[in-house]
Amino acid sequence: AMATPDDLRFQEFEAAADLLSADPNASTVSALSVSSTQAHGDVKLDLSEDEGGQEENSELLRGDKKTGAFWTFEYYQSFFNVDTMQVLDRIRGSVMPLPGKSFIKSHIRGNPDLYGPFWICATLVFSMAISGNLSTFLSQMGQPQYHYRPQFHRVTIAAVAVFAYAWLVPLGVWGFLTWRQSTERQISGYSFLETVCVYGYSLFVYVPTSILWIFPWDWLRWLLIIIALLISGSLLILTFWPVVRDDTKLTAFATVATIIVLHALLAIGCKLYFFQTVTPTITLNPTPATSPNHTAAASDIAKEH
Amino acid sequence: MAEADESNKPLFAGLADVSISEDIPVEGQITVPVGPPAQDDEYSTLDEPVKDTILRDLKAVGKKFVHVMYPKKSSALLRDWDLWGPLLLCVTLALMLQGGAADKKDDGGPQFAEVFVIIWFGSVVITLNSKLLGGTISFFQSLCVLGYCILPLTVAMIICRLVLLGGTGTVSFIVRLIMVVASFSWSTFASTAFLADSQPPNRKALVVYPIFLFYFVIGWMVLTFSPSPTAGP
Repeated sequence: AMATPDDLRFQEFEAAADLLSADPNASTVSALSVSSTQAHGDVKLDLSEDEGGQEENSELLRGDKKTGAFWTFEYYQSFFNVDTMQVLDRIRGSVMPLPGKSFIKSHIRGNPDLYGPFWICATLVFSMAISGNLSTFLSQMGQPQYHYRPQFHRVTIAAVAVFAYAWLVPLGVWGFLTWRQSTERQISGYSFLETVCVYGYSLFVYVPTSILWIFPWDWLRWLLIIIALLISGSLLILTFWPVVRDDTKLTAFATVATIIVLHALLAIGCKLYFFQTVTPTITLNPTPATSPNHTAAASDIAKEH
Repeated sequence: MAEADESNKPLFAGLADVSISEDIPVEGQITVPVGPPAQDDEYSTLDEPVKDTILRDLKAVGKKFVHVMYPKKSSALLRDWDLWGPLLLCVTLALMLQGGAADKKDDGGPQFAEVFVIIWFGSVVITLNSKLLGGTISFFQSLCVLGYCILPLTVAMIICRLVLLGGTGTVSFIVRLIMVVASFSWSTFASTAFLADSQPPNRKALVVYPIFLFYFVIGWMVLTFSPSPTAGP
């Protein structure tokens, strides 16, 4: 008798049968990719109903994207499997977060890329350093003792801050969510790459913000920070809330609050460090987490001038 | 059987088929003809005078410079890549960016090492990016093109320093700004002309943007070079 694909499937991977019974419309291709992801230990059961009509195939189809082992070039090529229109679409989605839609589900859809996060971070580094330099120049142009300085060391500092944030914070968030998932048996979280992807695209809105920070008015800068935080913060909240809300109320709120606070600290720290409105004779402590009396004293001295 | 004769032929054809049983004495001479070298491209450069070697390499570099200044879709730059030109340009640019407002306090322009790292590390990252996006160009060819296309910016740097000798007022700034913008556009356009063909068509912009950013940053370094306050009229 001929062995049908059904026999083979049920023989080897019983979890695939469960998944198929959960979603009978899944094609055999996705079932095979489920089996391949199972071999890699990567299968995710997405039984959530909050997406209201969204397909669950996206989770199943994720498996066939990764090819090769991590020391082959193809493995890394799979993270750059995006077209121009896709990247632009993701950027558009990051500045217009729609309520009810998680960025990962609606835009990334199982194809996280590293192109966006990396080049957005690189752009942000240079836009902050250059805009900061320009704003210092513009605010002190008229003074006779001021001599223009390129302040190139700021690029290094900006690079360290931005890239560290873009990799370490998603690592922490992902690690925490995965740990909670495993202890609490919740709906699937996101993979590490998807978390990095969300964070990377959420930093995009800081690029035009940093360019607009060239204008020397402090109230404008704070207003811009608030707008940017609203946009990218809501993007992050909308993405992570569905994963976290089934946890205890305290953990859920604490997680979301931590995400927002870290994001705000990055923005405020960069603003304070790169866009100081003090004369060059006063040296500020250049760490982003300046204590409140330092900044208060510095801004007082700035106001006196 | 008597296949020893055949094995003496210069092309050694059929040598693989030779199986000489042990009781047949094999005699003869196997000589490799040593004479004028075969007509392939490589010839022995070991015996030529050093001047010839250097001049040949300089000519190759110079030819590529000309290709950058008049970018046409020629494949000469891609086929015979070399990294002498980029090294020369990088060192020249980094040296000329010194002696500015860079004093002991680290508020000045980029240090030599910073320029070097930005140019080389930036080129490597852009090359990796284009290969990861599915480009068909080889690693060193891409490095070669990106390095050679710094030439317009180096020329702009030389002109900027000359302009700065004449003063640092607004006029000099406007002149320098125009020079830098023009040369940065030229660099981006030239390198895109060489590199864009090797990309899949729906990802061209994804590859061009990092190149734009790269030359923009170098242009920024050239533009913001300001002479140290003690040197002046």
